[in-house]
This record gives sequence, structure tokens and C-alpha cells, in this order.
Amino acid sequence: MGVEGIGASVVRKEDKRFITGKGRYVDDIKLQGMTHAHFIRSPHAHAKVKGIDSAEALKMPGVVAVLTGQQIVDDKVGNLICGWAITSKDGSPMKMGAWPAMAPETVRFVGQAVAVVIAETKNLARDAAEAVVVDYEELPAVADVHAAIKAGAPQLHPEAPGNQVYDWVIGDEGATDAAFSKAANVVKLDVTNNRLAPNAMEPRAAIADYDSAEEHFTLYTTSQNPHVARLVLSAFYNIAPEHKLRVIAPDVGGGFGSKIFIYPEEMVALWASKKVGRPVKWTGDRTEAFLTDAHGRDHVTHAEMAFDANNNITGLKVKTYANFGAYMSLFSSSVPTYLYATLLSGQYNIPAIHAEVIGVYTNTTPVDAYRGAGRPEASYLIERLMETAARQLKIDPAALRRQNFITQFPHQTPVIMAYDTGDFNASLDAAMQAIDYAGFPARKAKANAGGKLRGIGVSCYIEACGIAPSKAVGSLGAGVGLWESAEVRVNPVGTIEILTGSHSHGQGHETTFCQLVAERLGVPISQVSIVHGDTDKVQFGMGTYGSRSAAVGLTAILKAMEKMEAKAKKIAAHALEASEADIVIENGEFKVTGTDKAIALPMVALAAYTAHNLPDGMEPGLKESAFYDPTNFTFPAGAYICEVEVDPGTGKTSFVNFVAADDFGRLINPMIVEGQVHGGLAQGIGQALLEHAIYDANGQPVTASFMDYSMPRADDLPSFKLSHTTTLCPGNPLGIKGCGEAGAIGASAAVINAITDAIGKNNLEMPATPDRVWRTIHAA
Amino acid sequence: MYQTTYHRASSVDEAAALFAKGSEAKFLAGGQTLLPVMKQRLASPSDVIDLGKIKELIGIEVSGDTLTVKAATPHYDVATSDAVKKAIPALAYLASLIGDPAVRYRGTIGGSIANNDPAADYPAALLALGATVKTNKRSIAAEDFFKGLFTTALEDGEIITSVSFPVPQKAGYAKMPHPASRFALTAVFVAQTKTGEIRVAATGASQSGVMRVSAIEAALKANWSPSAIDGVSISASNLLSDIHGTAEYRANLIKVMAQRAVAAAS
Repeated sequence: MGVEGIGASVVRKEDKRFITGKGRYVDDIKLQGMTHAHFIRSPHAHAKVKGIDSAEALKMPGVVAVLTGQQIVDDKVGNLICGWAITSKDGSPMKMGAWPAMAPETVRFVGQAVAVVIAETKNLARDAAEAVVVDYEELPAVADVHAAIKAGAPQLHPEAPGNQVYDWVIGDEGATDAAFSKAANVVKLDVTNNRLAPNAMEPRAAIADYDSAEEHFTLYTTSQNPHVARLVLSAFYNIAPEHKLRVIAPDVGGGFGSKIFIYPEEMVALWASKKVGRPVKWTGDRTEAFLTDAHGRDHVTHAEMAFDANNNITGLKVKTYANFGAYMSLFSSSVPTYLYATLLSGQYNIPAIHAEVIGVYTNTTPVDAYRGAGRPEASYLIERLMETAARQLKIDPAALRRQNFITQFPHQTPVIMAYDTGDFNASLDAAMQAIDYAGFPARKAKANAGGKLRGIGVSCYIEACGIAPSKAVGSLGAGVGLWESAEVRVNPVGTIEILTGSHSHGQGHETTFCQLVAERLGVPISQVSIVHGDTDKVQFGMGTYGSRSAAVGLTAILKAMEKMEAKAKKIAAHALEASEADIVIENGEFKVTGTDKAIALPMVALAAYTAHNLPDGMEPGLKESAFYDPTNFTFPAGAYICEVEVDPGTGKTSFVNFVAADDFGRLINPMIVEGQVHGGLAQGIGQALLEHAIYDANGQPVTASFMDYSMPRADDLPSFKLSHTTTLCPGNPLGIKGCGEAGAIGASAAVINAITDAIGKNNLEMPATPDRVWRTIHAA
Repeated sequence: MYQTTYHRASSVDEAAALFAKGSEAKFLAGGQTLLPVMKQRLASPSDVIDLGKIKELIGIEVSGDTLTVKAATPHYDVATSDAVKKAIPALAYLASLIGDPAVRYRGTIGGSIANNDPAADYPAALLALGATVKTNKRSIAAEDFFKGLFTTALEDGEIITSVSFPVPQKAGYAKMPHPASRFALTAVFVAQTKTGEIRVAATGASQSGVMRVSAIEAALKANWSPSAIDGVSISASNLLSDIHGTAEYRANLIKVMAQRAVAAAS
């Protein structure tokens, strides 16, 4: 590796602009003649919209238009889609109710838009919105999955009787039942995976600009995947054909999954821009983020694990109810199915698995992918089960895991996934050593003598990342392929632009992607720039989520680089009068190996563009593109162990230590990887201790501000001790597995396992608030 | 935010006169409650009269056995004041726990007690220390000042000018912060006055706002030690109960925080 090549902790190129306030986010963009949108949102969880009276509002200063849900339906703007078809166990397709961008007849969650005011300023739009009178007829609402599936529960959509979207199964039920019938021990567990609000630092925003002369739209939006947004807006929402719609996602301040989806606000802004003939801007506030950004998790699960007399796992049965909220968001259907149940084997040899997942509508904000998306729910379940089993079987939890680890690769699990490589013992060893696992009993005794309850908790997670092989996901119901594309442009003076379909909204692509170029060509990263987030610039892309940007996006760049290098070598060989096979690339030069003959990259580039002396038949220019479709998922895995102290007087948990040993395959920039793990751990710990998006029984959100929703802060978190045990991914040439979601996937089980160890009681739901822990300690 | 007229008063008299002229005027002390409420359009004052730049309202003084904190003194100044740390260290400690650094730089003692949030920190100190609230019209004993949730003895347009704390023999404060807001989920201030009186006040716990805890006062009068509180029973009835803490949990916290406050008292 060079000083700026693969494996170097290069300082992030993009940070100068972010730290000095020069980042350019959607809300920073001001267009000539721009108007401002303010949405009128339902205060009710479930109601009929009987009428909307905007007469007074239209008379108010600066009001350009008041547009309603009926108008958007009349104009034939398409309903929001769910892009992954799931089939129930009876063979029927999933049952979905229509989701218009603004509700013409019925609202089904607090915050759903019924109308929008377009005005000269944001404040005037808000003033006028208060003058719009919406006549609602309240309907009974239901927020909880168990309540929603009961007979007589309020019904959300006529298309989905019993509020059931699907009843889906995976695995071999007969083989699993047989394993349980022969089991020496069965361990049972009920867990709730708490609903989370994503809370990216930048709220969602959109500016739509319609050009009537060209019949062309430009949309600036907070997206993790601008091409997917364009595809969906064109193909399903009738906004404009693809060549008449440019989508730009400039600097985006965090996504965590919530900015994958195309939301009603972008659709309305586009439609409204054409209607009023001026650009329309909407910037959400934090309350709107709590009410309308797709939430994460919200599972209720019963699971049972069978063991033989030697404590080997022989079977696993899982039944999960997944709360989807009021509508099926873009990828929601895949999250509790193919992103969840396919990971239920964890790091373990489990011969038989059967899982049933029931998707349920409730009068709450729609739920979709949030950092980890299904995999945290799977990992939490399995790792809570393993800890429970160790306690029930009276065996050391690390030893029970080790005994059941998969050690031979490739390994076909009973739930689709084929793990390609890994070394689970290595990461567990590293974590146990880092935390001095052997010394824990002595530390516990000492802490207990001081009146504190001390516990240790292990979590060995695995995730499927590098999303995803297109053929495989297509066979499972995905509506899109999940390859990535890239283009390498060597300019005539030798500077390099990398155009990528990945989108950076905090991941540091502008640095890491340059490091690949530096590694291959030996040029400084200052000569390389990364272009992303604009459908007019980048040929195509599937975006950034599912820890895919390095494993898939960077591999696409590598493929384009290889094509460019092959052509450049031909030009260099021609110029140097050498054999193409003898050309090597070093320090920005093309050299004839074993000689001092060399030509610098800028000269090769110039030759390509002057085309005065190219090999016969060669096209001018030095620009290549590639599409890369992975052959398998990647399988990052690792072991997290945390040691906590619980104050029995207050129930408050404090961290003594938190160690993470991850296997991400090859690291491009260890510093950025460390940042990703820190962020993921903060979110996993946040879920375990603090965060919970709560609704009351009538579907009113109780935690729609930071005064009530507890986001983790620096003083809630320990200093993390990180390490890496690396097995290279055989599925891509760089050996990369991905690191973006691991922390959020593995952390929460470690925390709850540690707290339950400390207090000596196994049943404890997340978030383990001081109140809840105190009540659990003192429960009879 | 709705349209409003902002005034920066240069004296208490000018502030009072501006208030009298406004149709629905509000005083702005530190703005840590008023401004968020205005941003959410839940308040629409005609006039906002900023007290924060009035020189006579800023500062900390010790005279004999009395510590006086002027009303527009920010929490940060109280937390870091050598005079406060020497006279009533528990009060400096309390101020250091309010909200977060941004709140402590902006929020003021006058604003906090005038708002009388049931989970605010300062009311517990005023009540336990037997402080006196001085206004542009009169002096009010802390006991008479706090009248329940977000309610005080202040009359319309009355301006708090300072709070005077008798320096106690010993005092201590212990707080369980609300995990999201960092107000007190429950916090207890204990004080032993120079005349030997024991006063204990809890905030964040009661449905009626800051309160004295007579059972703990009695136990500490008999024996000033954390263990004296072990046998005290606190009823959960009339305590707050919400997603962050049940009434039973808050009853427990009153005891535990009182014990820790006594242990910390100096």
C-alpha cells in the first residue's frame, strides 16, 4: 500500500467542506422564483377526510396554491409502491392497501399529509396552513401488532383483511419439528425489538423545478440513491419519463436507510412545481422527521431453540409479528423476511430452521429499513437465545457459542444464505482477550462487594451485506437488480474523475474511492475526484445501503479501472515502443519493466486525447465504464463483548468496557472503518438502552421530539476498544465484506446480555431504561 | 414562529414599562423554554422583552450569611462561581447539571424559577435552602413562590430581580437526569440550615411540582445520615408517571437521591 493507498488511514477529503460549513445540502439551494411548501398533516391516527376548506387560506398574503390529496389522485400521480413482492405461505401475494402521496379520503397515521400550501415564504405557507380547515371524522385506531390482529380490531385497508399483509414462511417445518421432538433441551424466549426513529442529522428536503419549455423536471433531494428515485418516480408515479427527470442528491447529512425511500413529499413537490409553474421547496423539520421518516425494527417474536444432550443446537423455530405501520414503504416487505429470517442461523451450525413472519398493518408511521434492516433483529434474537440457553444449560455462554460455531466454509444454512468464509473463533478469541474475559469473575465479585451489580454479555453477530446478487434477489421477489456501475474518466492532463452510482451521505467515499485509484496508479488522491449523486452525470447507480458501497460500488470502479488501465498500457507500449505485456504502472508512470523507460500518466492521457499517435484502430479518449453484479452476499461477522455495572438503587447501567472484534475482510481506510463501527455501536447501544418510538393505544405518537425520544449522546457511551480479525471475502476481487451496519447489528444483544447477567434475571426488554431495569430487579 | 416585536430592555423599570404597553407581552430571560414554544407556534406574544442584557440583573454577591444570585445570571456563571462554590457548593453543582452546555450558557435562574417546570433543578434548591425571591415589587419566600405546575406567585408583569439564599450548614444535591431532556427525572436537594433546621425538596417527582419531603426531613432530623432514610416510606400516589419513569420508580428515586444528596452534602 502507498501512503494514500488501500489500508491507509487517509484523512477524509470531504471534511474540510463539512467542518468549515461549506457543505451544500438541499436546504442551502435557492432557485430563482422558488416557492415554499408546507404540508397539512393529520393529527389523527385514523380518520375519514370529509372535506378541506382552503378558501380563507387562499386569500392570505403570499399564498400561491393549496393543493389536496383529491387533486393529486385526479392528476393520476401514482400511488407509492412497495418494490419487493412477498408471497404468503398459502401462495397468495402480499395484500397491500393503496398509499396516495396525499390522502384523499382516509388518513391512517398521525402526520400523513392531506394537503399542501405553496407560498412565497416558508412562514407564509405555515400561516396559511393554519387557515385551511380539514373536516375529519375520527375512526378507531390501533398501534400495537397484537391488538391489530385480534378479531374486531380497527381495519386499516379493505385489501388486507385482519390487517395482515402476509404470512410468510421459510425453512423446513417437518425437519424442524423432528429436531424438537428428539431434543434433550428446549430453550424458549419472547422478545420485542423496539421501534426506532432514524433521526439523521439533516431532515429530509426536496426542491422540484419544472421547466415547461423542455417539459423537464429537476429534483434536488436528500436521497441515498438518486437513480432509484428517478426510476421509481418515472416508472410508477407518472411524474416524467426518465430522460425528462434529473435527480440530484447533493451533500446529504446521514441516512441510515431512511433516505433510501421515495417519500410523498418529493412526489408532491414535483407535481406542485408543474402545477404552479415555479420551483417548490420543502424542508422537513424535526417533528416531521419523527412523524414521517420510515421507522425501523418493531418486531414481536417467540422463538425456541432445540439442543441435544451434548448442547449442540439441533433446531430453531421462530414466529415473528412485524409491524409495518399504516402503509408498505418501498423495501419494507423484504426487511422482516429476506433480510431477517435468512440470517437466523447466526454464526451457528443449525441443521433445521423454520420461521414464520406475519406482517401487520397498524395506524403508525410506516416501517422500513433502518441501519441493519432485519439483520439486527435476527442477530438480537439469536444472541439473546444463546445467552438464555447458556444460563438454562448452565454452561459458559462463550463456550456454548464456540461449541456450535460454523467452522467449515463455504457453509449452506437451512435459510438460503451460503456463508463464503469467516473465522468466528478468531473474533471471539480477540474480543475475550481484549476484555479479559477470564478475569471477569474476580471483577464481578469486587464490584458486587461495593454494592454494584456487574455483568458481562457476549454477542456474536453475522450479517449479509454487499447487497446484492441481482439474480438471487430477483428470484426472491425484488423489483430491481442490485449491481453497481462506475465510470473512470482520465482527463487530457491526467487528473481522474470517478463517477459512481454509490452515494456518500457520511460514509467517506470521496476519500476511500480515491484510495483505490491511488493504490492502482500511484497518483496522489488530490488528483482524483469522486462524482456522485446526480443522474445527469453518473450513468446509473443503485445507491448506498446494506453495507454495499465498498463491496459492490468500489468493485465496479475497479472493473472500470482495469479496462482503462488496459487501454492506457496499450498507448504507453506504443509510445515506448515496447510490448504491452512488459508495461507496469508505478508512481503514476507506465514503465517498461526492467528498464528505465517510462511515460507519465498525463502524457498517456494527452496521447489518448490528441490521438496523434495511437495504435492503429484505437479509439481516442481514456474513459471506461463498468457494471458489477456480485455473485453472492458478503458476510461480515464479529464478536462484541461488553461489561456493565448496574446501580441497584436507580437501575442505571454504566459501561465498564465495550470491545468489538470485527471481520470486515479487507479495510480500505481503517480510520473510516473505525468511525463506522463507533457510529453503529452508538445506534445499537441507543436501541438497547435509550431509544424507543412509542405510540399510545390510539396511535398518537408519544415520542415525537428530542425532549421525549432519547438519542444516545457521548456521555451515554463508553470508549470502544476495536480490533479486526480478517478473512478476505472470496466473492469480490478486493476481498471486502462491508462495515457500515455491523455495530448496529451486534451491539444491542451484548448490552442486554450483560445487564441481565448483572441483575440475575433473564427477561428484560429494550430499551433497558433505568426505570425498567429497576423494576425488573425488584420484581417478585 | 409568529411575528413578534423584540425589545432589549436596559433597566428593570424600562422592562416593566414595555411590558405594560404590550398587548400580550412576555419577558425573555434565557429563552430556553419560551423560544422553543414560540418556534412551535404554541405561544404568540405580541412583544418579547429581553431581560438578559440588564446589568443590574446580572451577578453573584455574598454578604454575611446570604448568597445572592441576580435573576439574569446564567447557569454557567453559577456553576463556575468561586463565591457560590465556597458558600453553597451544592448550588454550584446543581447549576452544572442543568440541561447541556448550550442551555447553561443561555438559561438563567430567574427564567427557570419563573417558568417553574415541575422537573427544573433550581426550584428544589430554593425550597430546600429557604431562599427568598426578590422582585421589582416585593420579596417572596420560596415556600410561597412555587404554586404548582408552571405556576408561581408572580403577578402579571412582575420581574424577578434576584434570589437570596441563606448559606446553610450543609447542603447536597443528587439528580437522576431524564434521559432525553436532561431535566430531573427526580432530584433531591437536602439542607441543614445554620439554625439546625432540616429541609428536603424533590423536583421532577410530584404531579404538583417541586415539593418538600417531610418524611425524609423527620428521619434526617433524628439522624443526619443516608442510612436514616432506609426505613422511610414514600408513597407513589400523586407522583408523576410517564414513559421514562413510573410513579413507583420516582418514589424510589426520592429516597435514593436523598440518600446520595446527604452523602454528598458539605
